[in-house]
Amino acid sequence: MSNRVLMKGNEAIAEAAIRAGCRHYFGYPITPQTEIMHYMALRMPEVDGVMVQAESEVAAINMVYGAAAAGARVMTTSSSPGISLKQEGFSYIAGAELPAVVVNIVRAGPGLGGILPAQGDYFQATKGGGHGDYRNVVLAPASVQELYELTVEAFNIADRYRVLTMILGDGTLGQMMEPVLFRDEEPVETCEKSWATTGTRGRREHNTIQSIYIEADALERLNNTLQAKYRLIAQREVRAETVNCEGAEIILTAFGTCSRICKNVIRQAAQIGIKVGLVRPITLWPFPDRAVAAAAAQPSVKALLDIELNAGQMVEDVRLAVNGIRPVHFYGRTGGNLPTQQEILDQIQVLARS
Amino acid sequence: MEEKVFSRTRGLTGKPFHYCPGCTHGIIHRLIAETLSELDILDTAIGVSPVGCTYNNYEYFACDMIQAAHGRAPAVATGVKRVLPGSMVFTYQGDGDLAAIGTAEIVHAAARGEKICTFFVNNAVYGMTSGQMAPTTLLGQKTTTSPFGRSAAVQGYPINVSEMLATLQGAVFIERVAVNSVRNINRAKQAIRKAFKVQQAGLGFAMVEILSTCPTNWGKDPVSALKWVDEAMIRQYPLGVFRGQEIEVGD
Repeated sequence: MSNRVLMKGNEAIAEAAIRAGCRHYFGYPITPQTEIMHYMALRMPEVDGVMVQAESEVAAINMVYGAAAAGARVMTTSSSPGISLKQEGFSYIAGAELPAVVVNIVRAGPGLGGILPAQGDYFQATKGGGHGDYRNVVLAPASVQELYELTVEAFNIADRYRVLTMILGDGTLGQMMEPVLFRDEEPVETCEKSWATTGTRGRREHNTIQSIYIEADALERLNNTLQAKYRLIAQREVRAETVNCEGAEIILTAFGTCSRICKNVIRQAAQIGIKVGLVRPITLWPFPDRAVAAAAAQPSVKALLDIELNAGQMVEDVRLAVNGIRPVHFYGRTGGNLPTQQEILDQIQVLARS
Repeated sequence: MEEKVFSRTRGLTGKPFHYCPGCTHGIIHRLIAETLSELDILDTAIGVSPVGCTYNNYEYFACDMIQAAHGRAPAVATGVKRVLPGSMVFTYQGDGDLAAIGTAEIVHAAARGEKICTFFVNNAVYGMTSGQMAPTTLLGQKTTTSPFGRSAAVQGYPINVSEMLATLQGAVFIERVAVNSVRNINRAKQAIRKAFKVQQAGLGFAMVEILSTCPTNWGKDPVSALKWVDEAMIRQYPLGVFRGQEIEVGD
């Protein structure tokens, strides 16, 4: 394969997983991400890997649980309604401290909703979704190139901390084609998995993988361990891109597909004399609150404007980060619609005049 | 000189069982553990514990163990076996776990012919949560959620899981046994052994359904409970091989 390839976002995710050393994929068909399964069905046999089409999303995530417990790099992918079904498994994976990669190519909801792109799963992805006190690392790519790079990184993060790492894309990213520049060698981190249930092989006492602790003190110890791990992740793994923020009058916040529209708006706004900056969270959890707060704290800033494909979800984290020092406004579209550049520019003009 | 004629199998860790008096889970654990030891597969075995009374049997079996979500053990076992095809993977599941919430997972693991063993413990009741009606509860049987007795008109009929799974091509060995008498215990041991041998030979999915007692939730003393298996349960759930009679696994 030449290094530069024109690929669909979903295919780039699948190829990235294989390049990251994933040899086990468990999935269930759902639009708009099924190309990942198609790709895996063709590609896994070439690398002696396994693609299992499960009977449900519930089964798929539990196959992931088993494969991760057995020490494998493993992935499942789905879209919003399917991700809802996997939430039970996410909670167990968190409790059992298993590394796994999950991709959500978000479609419009609620319910069966529609198959067009949306970002309505931000709350579900970043605030839990399943039961209990746990966190998943959530990465938000904005291009096919980033889908590839962040998928590789998702496996490293998952193994590094024994956590579930989610790629939160949307139907636009999954379906669109862009050139991807593949690296000659992937930055694959390998780590010892002495905790895995691989069979004792006569070498050690038996290992157990579980999330149940009947005694309160034992369960609190697990929770304290998890929280310490999440604090470490929050210190080390925050990622964000800032564009044109220095001296900006209006700071936009947006992730994924929305951030691409915002980048075009920055140029349009400059033409009419308004300096607009953008903070694009790449990790949605841990949220880049320092980057947002730093951009907002500049004396030049009149207001922040958060743009999402939902009714206002990440805006709550933006407000927490800004902590009242500047007004934070929101503009979003739902149902599978995207905001136009002009719609966003109109909002900016109102804020810049006030 | 005294001779030691009986001891704990090395397939068990030695941690005391927590089961109620008269419950036959302990016998079933021992039979599986003995088989793991006798076939010398203890160190390649990976078991999957269910949700229910045996949720923590990962503490009892001396092999590697994984605790699964309710009903999902066959999916978890699928994940393990696909990663480690040389391992001996088994699930241990009750009737609520396997025949209610986990029906889809067991049917599809069997249909795919996953090379795993399932030990399905049928005691006709939810034990852990205190005696609710299970899919396997007999007609007329009183439980905390069928206090007037299970009625076909209201709660429908019991599910004969072995007969159902035996219709699937991927399920190569299906046998129903009981552990309410020495004779039945010996037969159960042979069935468990055959299930592991089927897996070793890579033939496909194997399940042993084991009729078990729950004196606590049946409201019976242990001896009456053993009798009730003969008098009531076996009538609904006849013992025997439902698939794979012809498979010879040798010693």
